[in-house]
Amino acid sequence: MKPGTLRQILLITDGCSNQGEDPAAMAALAREQGITVNVIGVMENDVIDDKGMQEIESIANCGGGVSQIVYSQQLSQTVQMVTRKAMTQTIQGVVNKELQQILGNSVTMEDLPPEKRGEVMEVVDELGETSNLEVLILVDTSASMKLKLPTVKDALLDLSLSMNARLGNNQFSVFVFPGKKNDVEKLLDWTPKLEVLTRVFPKLTTGGITPTGPAITEALDYFNKKRSLRGLLSHDDEQYFEESI
Amino acid sequence: MMMNNTLRNQFKFLPGHVIKGKWNKNTYKVIKELGCGANGIVYLAENDRQQLVALKLSDNGISIISEMNILKAFSKVQGSVLGPSFMEADDFVVNGKNMPFYVMEYIKGEGYLPFIQKKGQAWTGVLVLQLLSSLSALHKQGWIFGDLKPDNLIVTLPTYKIRCIDVGGTTLIGRSVKEFTEFFDRGYWGMGSRKADPQYDLFAVAMIMLNSSYPKRFSRKEGGFSQLKEMMEQKKEFTPYKAILEKALTGKYLTAEEMRNDMAHVLGRHSQKKSAPAAQPTGKPAATRQARRAQSKQITRRKPKYAFLETFLLILIVSLLYTLYIYGQLL
Ligand SMILES: Nc1ncnc2c1ncn2[C@@H]1O[C@H](COP(=O)(O)OP(=O)(O)OP(=O)(O)O)[C@@H](O)[C@H]1O
Ligand SMILES: [Mg+2]
Repeated sequence: MKPGTLRQILLITDGCSNQGEDPAAMAALAREQGITVNVIGVMENDVIDDKGMQEIESIANCGGGVSQIVYSQQLSQTVQMVTRKAMTQTIQGVVNKELQQILGNSVTMEDLPPEKRGEVMEVVDELGETSNLEVLILVDTSASMKLKLPTVKDALLDLSLSMNARLGNNQFSVFVFPGKKNDVEKLLDWTPKLEVLTRVFPKLTTGGITPTGPAITEALDYFNKKRSLRGLLSHDDEQYFEESI
Repeated sequence: MMMNNTLRNQFKFLPGHVIKGKWNKNTYKVIKELGCGANGIVYLAENDRQQLVALKLSDNGISIISEMNILKAFSKVQGSVLGPSFMEADDFVVNGKNMPFYVMEYIKGEGYLPFIQKKGQAWTGVLVLQLLSSLSALHKQGWIFGDLKPDNLIVTLPTYKIRCIDVGGTTLIGRSVKEFTEFFDRGYWGMGSRKADPQYDLFAVAMIMLNSSYPKRFSRKEGGFSQLKEMMEQKKEFTPYKAILEKALTGKYLTAEEMRNDMAHVLGRHSQKKSAPAAQPTGKPAATRQARRAQSKQITRRKPKYAFLETFLLILIVSLLYTLYIYGQLL
């Protein structure tokens, strides 16, 4: 099996959206386009209320991704774990599809005897190591996030460190919401390494509104722009994983 | 790491519970819970032949399968006595739900840090020496351990051998390390990448040594070598190892063997200086020499004449106890 490109949106927030379209619906749209949406809820001294929790879970569920609520001390570990877990899930979905083609419909990895399952898992792990990865990171910069922003920056640098140890290529891009002028603002264009973040990452928050839905919409647009641009430049781009989620 | 509470509560098996494999039909009687990690629960159990084994059970098939693959590969690494050997993998069906499990050798002993705390810092050197030998063998086979930390190290009794549990971080050289613990991870300290190479493990070994003197560990401030160096210089017990630690932290050792040789050199010189005159019993492992050094060190603060007598008596008593103990084991 040839490694393809895995596409993910990683949303880092600390509570509920309060402006614009329903983020869960936008996440479902992303999933339809072969983009997985993961959500991390960060707490510091505060806690995330039930409504916030539910939203976080439903965005990830609709987006076919992984969600996790953490205290900011654990953010670095969590960001890399969530990213990897979602990669594995996507790849596993592809592998299960292949299995079904060979073994018949309702067969999944879990139905195989342990030996065979181990062999299949080796393939999954191999793909996780060699696949290309594109992660668009959406950072909530509403007022309540202020104290958490330095930790978020560290966690993103750490993510770049982890992913760049893989054999596959990586592209990261960072958006913040709300932006200074618009709902969403691009902080960093596609780049393989996030080190530049140290310079450009905001130290200040920008306001009370949390337009999570519009942020996901913008992220989708941006992904699509990249894709069509690449489509113009080369025709051999394989869209293996997208078709299979 | 987040604890998987549902797994804990739903599938907590009490002593006596029998776990039967769906595929291989082997049965295991639960004796007690050994521990609970992010991916599952580990039980001490007894197999059909009344042997003690460790059995890891999970309700999430995926992560435990990767772990099992690694353990299998690990067990095949020749001459490595570092990790538990793999026995079998199977599924346990509870209320129609498939719970994958795997069975491995039960490693009996004491955790690394509790052991050091009980027996004294003098053991650090010897255990690290052992660890480096095992790592050297592992590296030669193209793997690194990855998630090296005191919690994953067990000192077996009565042999006083260092072994590892939890081989989940073991990684092929050149691949990315997926499981690590921040304090022992060179990436976290800004001292290098997370791509697996022997230096990654050697950095962790140096941090294990630092951890023995800082049981509570410490967190990253400015990070980088300067902070680690400062922490090292604050503890005088590191003085003899300073050069070694510096080299390991900065990735200057190309192989575990090199670090081991330097370590052995320092340990030899160190114990010669302190307990020079007494005739060394030949062929004894470094371990006993270290134990004696620890004792004489405490005593020399008192009157030197008595010190010699006391050392002698102590050695006598310890030898006696040891002989008795060995007899006890044989009977
Ligand atoms: N082969 C073994 N022999 C003896 N004890 C074991 C063995 N394997 C595991 N244990 C015990 O069970 C505990 C749990 O082990 P496990 O590797 O599943 O999880 P962990 O390392 O604590 O956490 P994580 O899964 O998050 O890495 C260990 O801390 C150890 O005390
Ligand atoms: Mg583990």
